Amino acid sequence: MYQGVIMSGFGGQGIISTGVLLAYSGMVDGKHVTFFPAYGAEMRGGTANCSVVVSTDEVASPVVSTPDSIIVMNEPSLLKFEPTLKPQGLLLINSSLVSSKPKRNDINIITIDANKIAEEIGTVKCANMVMLGALINRTKAVSLESVVKTLSKVYPRAKKEMLEINENALKRGGTF
Amino acid sequence: MGEKKLMKGNEALAEGAVRAGCRFFSGYPITPQNEVPEYMSWRMPEVGGTFIQAESEVAAINMLYGASACGTRVMTSSSGPGISLKQEGISYTASAQLPIFYANVVRGGPGLGNIAPSQGDYFQATRGGGHGDYRVFVMAPNSVSEMGNFPRICYEVAEKYRMVTMILADGLLGQMMEPIEFDFEPIDPSKLPPKDYALGIQEGRSRRVVRSYDLKPGFMEKHTWKLMEIYNQVEEKETRYETIMAEDADLLVVAYGTCSRISRAALALGRKENLKIGLLRPITVWPFPSKILHDLASRIKKILVVEMSTGQMIEDVKLAIEGSAQVFFHGRPSGGIPTEFEVLDVIKKIYGK
Repeated sequence: MYQGVIMSGFGGQGIISTGVLLAYSGMVDGKHVTFFPAYGAEMRGGTANCSVVVSTDEVASPVVSTPDSIIVMNEPSLLKFEPTLKPQGLLLINSSLVSSKPKRNDINIITIDANKIAEEIGTVKCANMVMLGALINRTKAVSLESVVKTLSKVYPRAKKEMLEINENALKRGGTF
Repeated sequence: MGEKKLMKGNEALAEGAVRAGCRFFSGYPITPQNEVPEYMSWRMPEVGGTFIQAESEVAAINMLYGASACGTRVMTSSSGPGISLKQEGISYTASAQLPIFYANVVRGGPGLGNIAPSQGDYFQATRGGGHGDYRVFVMAPNSVSEMGNFPRICYEVAEKYRMVTMILADGLLGQMMEPIEFDFEPIDPSKLPPKDYALGIQEGRSRRVVRSYDLKPGFMEKHTWKLMEIYNQVEEKETRYETIMAEDADLLVVAYGTCSRISRAALALGRKENLKIGLLRPITVWPFPSKILHDLASRIKKILVVEMSTGQMIEDVKLAIEGSAQVFFHGRPSGGIPTEFEVLDVIKKIYGK
């Protein structure tokens, strides 16, 4: 099993922490993992993206040039990363914030109204978890149990209610 | 040795140094290594050590000179531009034979360049870097695990040979996260054997002097030859490397650090297409694994050097093989990162496919 993932969106959407959560959960599952963030000019509202590899074998290159799956959380991310996706790869689009349609027809596309769903669950802040829930359901890169178990490690200062909201968001995303 | 942790390369580097007994850190911020001083700023007080954000890189390296002269395990870190500023002090510590350890988390240069990963500081690292006739023991990790576990080796080599040691990383190794398990128990620096050169309270012993100069005619020539003898020993005993599938290879890729990871991925792809590719990965880039490369080149007649630069390590490769094989190059300088597919394409061209 090898899954190269790219997550991309605005700074402040929890892109980086979602990537760390996926990598951490992979480690908990006993897999080999790497996480690499775009770094340097991080700021709220700016662009943020990261790549994560989860693999049963040792990870050779930590650079994900042709991802197996992509989470797109804003418009510019779709333009930037859609062309890099592997044929038959998985493109997860947060349709609350992305109105453009993908151009390729050799990929699997799932659109999720993630902001709206997140608000229904409790806060728009957990839109990233809705998307991650869908990603792990489709790719089986890591188990949902490991992600839930890992939440408090990646968000050590989060209140119990917030952890529950995140857990619910992951599960709701898992229905896609 | 403790549980498996998911850590950022820069944090692993800092924690590895602390576990190896580092108790003095001085530095000045620069991307992409800022997590190192950030980590040290809270970790040092926790272990009774000293963290100083210096007023400049020049101050930071001279503080290291002082603390090291007192026998402390010391560290500084920076990226290209900051390491350039530190070169004067590094040369002084080399001449004074102080065992310092530092890290360069390389960014794109020359000049202020950019903050992307690069291997453009290979010449600076492996040729000493500052003025005068000296060498630096340079380790080139290629994983977060090695970022955390190599500082201990650097301190041991630094103190055994009384020389400057460093880790040559890059922005990718500094910023990425991977699981790490430390392969050594934390070292209590107060339990280390006393150093016979260290300054302190003189009571009950003869005077000690730590200095980087001597104006007596002929002294420096003798001193520099003495240093050279030490460096020769280091070359003989401390060279480290790794080979992958080199036994049956008819094309050898030579790459270090991040490029060795990417090349390993290209090798795996190529082997699936029955291309007999091997990899030599220098773990120390000074001393360079010349002997093994010389031996391999007597059999393997095609060598591809892959670097995130316009070609620096390739000079060491050519020196090592003394013209006995054909040397090809693929480079991406100043922030370019090659992909495994790109490297495979280059390999196929060499095979004529």
